[in-house]
Amino acid sequence: MQVEVSGSAVISLLVDNESGALARIVELFSGRGYNIQSLTVAPVDEHSQTSRVNIVTTGTQSSIWQVKTQLERLVPVSRVVNLTAEGPYVAREMALVKVVSSGEPRTEALRIAQAFRARAVDTTASSFVFELTGSTDKLDSFIELMRPLGLVEVSRTGVASICRGPQTIQNF
Amino acid sequence: MTRTTGSTTLDAQTTTTLPGAEVLLRALVEQGVEVIFGYPGGAVLPIYDALFKQNHIRHILVRHEQAAVHAAEAYARSTGKVGVVLVTSGPGATNAVTGLLDAMMDSIPLVCLSGQVPTPLIGNDAFQEADTTGITRPVTKYNYLVRRPEDLAPAVHEAFAIARSGRPGPVLIDLPKNITVGDAPYVEAHAVTPRTTRMGSQPDRAAIARAVAAMKAGKRPLFYTGGGVINSGPQASAALRRLVDLTGFPVTSTLMGLGAFPGTDQRFLGMLGMHGTYEANLATYDCDVLIALGSRFDDRVTGRLDAFSPSSFKIHVDIDPSQINKIVHVDEGIVGDVGQIIDLMIEEWEKQPAYAHKSDLAAWWAQIESWRALDCLRFGQNKAPDAVIKPQQAIQRIYELARQTGRDTYVSTEVGQHQMWAAQFFRFDAPNHWLTSGGLGTMGYGLPAAVGAQIAHPDALVMDIAGEASTLMNIQELGTIAQYRLPVKIFIINNHYMGMVRQWQELLHGSRYSESYSDALPDFVKLAESFHATGLRATRLDELDATIQKALEHNGPVLVDICVAEGENCFPMIPSGAAHNQMILGPEQEAGSATISKEGQMLV
Repeated sequence: MQVEVSGSAVISLLVDNESGALARIVELFSGRGYNIQSLTVAPVDEHSQTSRVNIVTTGTQSSIWQVKTQLERLVPVSRVVNLTAEGPYVAREMALVKVVSSGEPRTEALRIAQAFRARAVDTTASSFVFELTGSTDKLDSFIELMRPLGLVEVSRTGVASICRGPQTIQNF
Repeated sequence: MTRTTGSTTLDAQTTTTLPGAEVLLRALVEQGVEVIFGYPGGAVLPIYDALFKQNHIRHILVRHEQAAVHAAEAYARSTGKVGVVLVTSGPGATNAVTGLLDAMMDSIPLVCLSGQVPTPLIGNDAFQEADTTGITRPVTKYNYLVRRPEDLAPAVHEAFAIARSGRPGPVLIDLPKNITVGDAPYVEAHAVTPRTTRMGSQPDRAAIARAVAAMKAGKRPLFYTGGGVINSGPQASAALRRLVDLTGFPVTSTLMGLGAFPGTDQRFLGMLGMHGTYEANLATYDCDVLIALGSRFDDRVTGRLDAFSPSSFKIHVDIDPSQINKIVHVDEGIVGDVGQIIDLMIEEWEKQPAYAHKSDLAAWWAQIESWRALDCLRFGQNKAPDAVIKPQQAIQRIYELARQTGRDTYVSTEVGQHQMWAAQFFRFDAPNHWLTSGGLGTMGYGLPAAVGAQIAHPDALVMDIAGEASTLMNIQELGTIAQYRLPVKIFIINNHYMGMVRQWQELLHGSRYSESYSDALPDFVKLAESFHATGLRATRLDELDATIQKALEHNGPVLVDICVAEGENCFPMIPSGAAHNQMILGPEQEAGSATISKEGQMLV
């Protein structure tokens, strides 16, 4: 048996927007011992009948394949695509980052925020709330830089993702 | 929450509005339901009232909701129909949970209707309220909480489609009381498009061709068939027989697959796995092509994974894509209905160049026959008239004497040693006649299962091969048996122990029989009599045959207490963590079993 390398994968699903659908998905992950790093969900069609769920998970290739086939068994799930395996895709998330500081650290926080193109969406004499959108890596490094500069609170959305090019989740 | 069921086309002109309970029953009738197993309670009173007023559906009153589910499972398993269960809210629903998981693990199509408190009370900790959809989500294929009257009929129709489609399983519909009391529109089945239609794809012909090419290249091939062949329907079993006739390959089966291929056929090696036969397990270990048909590489089958059939090319046919490569990496996975795939395999087998390894196959058969010569199920029964009955002797004689009756025979079991012996000694020649709890291993399954099978087949011989410990878990069903005058024959193989627990304690825990002794047992003969059944007992060898005969000849329910040797173990046995070529054999075979390594024994 060859040793399989563990990696992370972005899985996108289309699900019927019904009561319990998200619980089924989450319980499948916990019940079978799969890992969820982040999860986003929102209705995406004009009548709010279908929701898109994006899950970032980690595992070996075969365990991620298992996740996909298990998800496909769920009745309300109509589509499952492992974006990481299917080709180039865009994955973005948003963070709201609160920094409480004064003097030099406060100036430095603002300067770094500008470099990252983060927007200050709330400002008081002692605090900023920065809004930042980007890849998970970009958000991670911004938060790391803010840590010594008075970072007190972080709120992140989790990853929304879509494949590049004219293709859609419907026609993989 | 905009949609709870499959899409419907509601036509205002033709819509009939009825009380919800009547809509429910009408939908059940349209789905072909003839029997419901259930137990009433406050939240389902409107449904019971509607049942009272009609004659299409027969209700069988069980004595515990778990038993209702097992009875419905056996009904489904023995008829190929969807079993239907009706339970009340709260404890009614929670009592059904074990049965639902049992059906989930063994892929049995069921629809369970549960009562629920009225929608305005949901979430208020109302009397007999339970979050039934929450509790049953992991133990069902799908479940519904019907919150709107217009969702009721579509939910029922879709539930049946989900239960029986693809890999079958249990579906629960939670019915708040205001939904069954209030009016609801009736929607006919044809107006509902179940979401099952999203699934399903055409079988991969190229993969089938590659699989058959691998079979043609095989010198030591083996079919490993499972419950999927049974679930696929009798035509799948017939197709399997044709494929085996065509290829001449040996066949082994999982516990759930017994009967798909005739147990009396020379090409059948018996069950494989933990308590499988010597020849089946060694063939699995040594084969060069393993063709898994509707089986799922359960841990009781595979034993130590890295030593499972180490040198074979593996083909796996399963209707559920998530089963392929789940446990064992296979070389060719084919998704689809196993019956249909077998038909295509037959077509392909005839199309491809003739099988060129006939002499290798003959040598393989010679090898298999040499393993079979060990007679791994042979046991030492003292033949003195007053000798203690061995449990194997009891089960073998039940099988032989039942077979002599020539009657259509359905066999259910509880869980444990007696179940494994029954699987070893009974030879089933037809599918759907063997009713056992495989995946979940639910003690207490057999007695209610016998109820379900006898309701489905009133003229057949229905037997429960039981252990004294298991059967006490649902012994209250003797009441159901009495009420409906079901001529079920219950054979309790009474060794005064939870036999399989005792066996493991002997082999793995230094014979410390912690809590596995069946103390303070009832007098089963008197127990039977108090439930209006006939009670019989055999304690010595010379009483065994006559007692079994008497039970089989009696036209009413019989409970037979067969007192057997206490310390008998079920062999062969692959200890957990061991490979198929590391079986422990019985005392009768041990001397002749050179291939059992000391290392294998130490793994115990």
